[in-house]
Amino acid sequence: MESAMPHVEYRNVQKSYDGRTLVVEDLNLGVNQGEFLTLLGPSGSGKTTCLMMLAGFEQPSAGEILVNGASVHDLPPDKRNIGVVFQNYALFPHMTVGGNLAFPLEVRRTPAAERVERVGRALRLVQLEGFEDRRPGQLSGGQQQRVAIARALVFEPELVLMDEPLGALDRRLREEMQFEIRRIHQELGVTVIYVTHDQQEAMVMSDRVAVFRDGRIEQIASPETLYEEPERAFVANFIGENNLLRACVTRTDGDICDVDTGSGVVRAFDVQGCAVGDDVILAIRPERVGVQPDPGQYANELTAKALDVVFIGDHLRVRLQVGNNDGFIAKIPNIVGHGTVLPGDDVRIGWATLDGRALPPDPSVLQGNTEP
Amino acid sequence: MPAIKEARSSRLRAAGLTLPLIAFIAVTFIAPLGNLLTRSVYDAEVADILPETLAALAKWDGSGTPSEATFATMASELLRARDERTLGRAATRINRIQSGLRSVIVKTPRRLGRDVGTEPPNGGTWQDALLAIDEDWGETATWLAIREAGQRFTARHFLNAVDLETRADGSSGAMPETRRIYVPLYLRTLWVSIGVTLLCLVIGYPIAHAIVHAGPRWSTTLLVLVLVPFWTSLLVRTTAWIVLLQNQGVVNDILVALGIVADDERIAMIYNMTGTFVAMTHVLLPFMVLPLYSVMRSIPARHMDAAASLGATPMQAFRRVYWPQTLPGVGAGALLVFILAIGYYITPALVGGQSGQLISNMIAYHMQTSLNWGLAAALAAILLLAVIGLYVLYDRVVGIDRMRLG
Repeated sequence: MESAMPHVEYRNVQKSYDGRTLVVEDLNLGVNQGEFLTLLGPSGSGKTTCLMMLAGFEQPSAGEILVNGASVHDLPPDKRNIGVVFQNYALFPHMTVGGNLAFPLEVRRTPAAERVERVGRALRLVQLEGFEDRRPGQLSGGQQQRVAIARALVFEPELVLMDEPLGALDRRLREEMQFEIRRIHQELGVTVIYVTHDQQEAMVMSDRVAVFRDGRIEQIASPETLYEEPERAFVANFIGENNLLRACVTRTDGDICDVDTGSGVVRAFDVQGCAVGDDVILAIRPERVGVQPDPGQYANELTAKALDVVFIGDHLRVRLQVGNNDGFIAKIPNIVGHGTVLPGDDVRIGWATLDGRALPPDPSVLQGNTEP
Repeated sequence: MPAIKEARSSRLRAAGLTLPLIAFIAVTFIAPLGNLLTRSVYDAEVADILPETLAALAKWDGSGTPSEATFATMASELLRARDERTLGRAATRINRIQSGLRSVIVKTPRRLGRDVGTEPPNGGTWQDALLAIDEDWGETATWLAIREAGQRFTARHFLNAVDLETRADGSSGAMPETRRIYVPLYLRTLWVSIGVTLLCLVIGYPIAHAIVHAGPRWSTTLLVLVLVPFWTSLLVRTTAWIVLLQNQGVVNDILVALGIVADDERIAMIYNMTGTFVAMTHVLLPFMVLPLYSVMRSIPARHMDAAASLGATPMQAFRRVYWPQTLPGVGAGALLVFILAIGYYITPALVGGQSGQLISNMIAYHMQTSLNWGLAAALAAILLLAVIGLYVLYDRVVGIDRMRLG
């Protein structure tokens, strides 16, 4: 019974600030107990609004949000018992670190001895023992972030929301904190809903990622699935690097279809079940593209012109002209016997049929592409 | 070496640029203040007009009456003062020590006449001649008063300003109860200032909060509403309160029209303490709102959300998170309003009537009407000391560096 009920559920939730444009359009989403779910999307895609509605700072314009099966609509934020980590930490500057951490316990009238014990435990969890008497202003950004996380956990909520908590940190610290947050999640087993626009962050920490776009969820899946099996051109483009080619379906055969890219017909995995004559977007990951493959190695081959070759270290990055697309990338792994190309060379490229995915057309994600 | 020389000369030039500023401060601030403080303890008027008499009185033991020689000197100096037209000034000052002596001193040379020489008239002694004019010349107190008035340096004004008096025997003590006016006035000024400061805080805090948290359009409108009175002449604003609060004024008319107050029982809301309170609070309100506004604007709105997410009710969030962060603004606004209020003059003068007068009005009275500048200076100096004392106290308790003016 417990496993059947999601910890958090959005049912047909809509949100509009001005009564005309919807920031969140008809959201349906379930979050499981103990899950780490990331809401990923560009800024303005409605993901933070979803979080703020759950925390109680905003009210949905329509639909309802349930926590443990009960609607939280009439519950004020201070009664929801949800830990929130804010983008700019929102630590109270007039209190010490210890004071900040003790605050949620004091308003809950936790006995003093237990308070001290729990504050100490929370600081140990984020590896900031002995920082009780410092003021937030005396801490580095990373330390402040740890305090903010500790404060959101110290009153032992079952649900923790994080709104771009690493946005203000530099890259190295961000990567360090990603693993830290992952560790804490695994240690405590709380449900975490995490908002970010950084896809790498989402990949590192999440059990599942919901990709947001214009107030809608484009796809929700595990990081691996999102990367390997995107169902929308937007997702294919947003998660990792992808080559997108305009194409037209010429033949269908179960899950496989033939598509005309304008510079040759290739076979691809049919994601949506399309019909002959449909426009599609063909997505192929750069690392799946073979340059100058052995004859017969790949089912699909096209000719292309090398425009740029850059040595990155672990791979050679080749920019190619394929048909009218002059931004087609191929990565040649730096392994013994890798071939090389020079700018200006005419080359053959190829890939396996299942690595080419025919996705529904989406005009807004095709940059560097012209009509086939 | 040349580098050092050059550095020094450029430092000198830089210091030279500040000279006009230093001169400005000296002329507009240090000089008048110094002059004021000097006047409160130094007064050479009588000493310059009656130098020889005072020299003679210095040798007198202070009992009975002085010697005949002293009477003679006194008479000749009074005559000379009459000719030099300085007699009135000396008489006024001596009169402040002991009232009634002014007429004695003014009439003495007049009665002696114009053609009296160095010899006493009618062949008698000078003592007889003066006693014939007024019996007060035979009183020990008269001569003590003259000797007292002749002191160049005196604590008299300061004693006066705190309702103490110098008795004839040289000791000092409290004035009779009916003449104690300044200490009660200081206390009243203190209470009014504290009251106005608290009123400004109670009214200004929600206003500042509303300005900060209203939408951008409303926020500007509200800020302008606070600032427009700030730009309006003080006189206009005070007069507006007279129009509103007087007996036949708008507020009373409305109350009567609504039947809340009977026509013959209109409330006296002006020319008394109420008028002073209302008008001063209104005039000083922007000084409270602006520092509060500046501090509140720097508090992230997320803090209240954060407090709520941590389980704090709105009241707890305000008390524990918001209010403590506004304290620097509260301190700055309160100090500003209080210091302005404690020296406030024009508004109480216009709308305070008798019971709403403050210490500044008394200082103005002594400056302009009674011309007792020494007492005015002493009253002002005590006020200045009180303000400095409160500032130091504030610094000790709150810390002046925690204050935020904007």
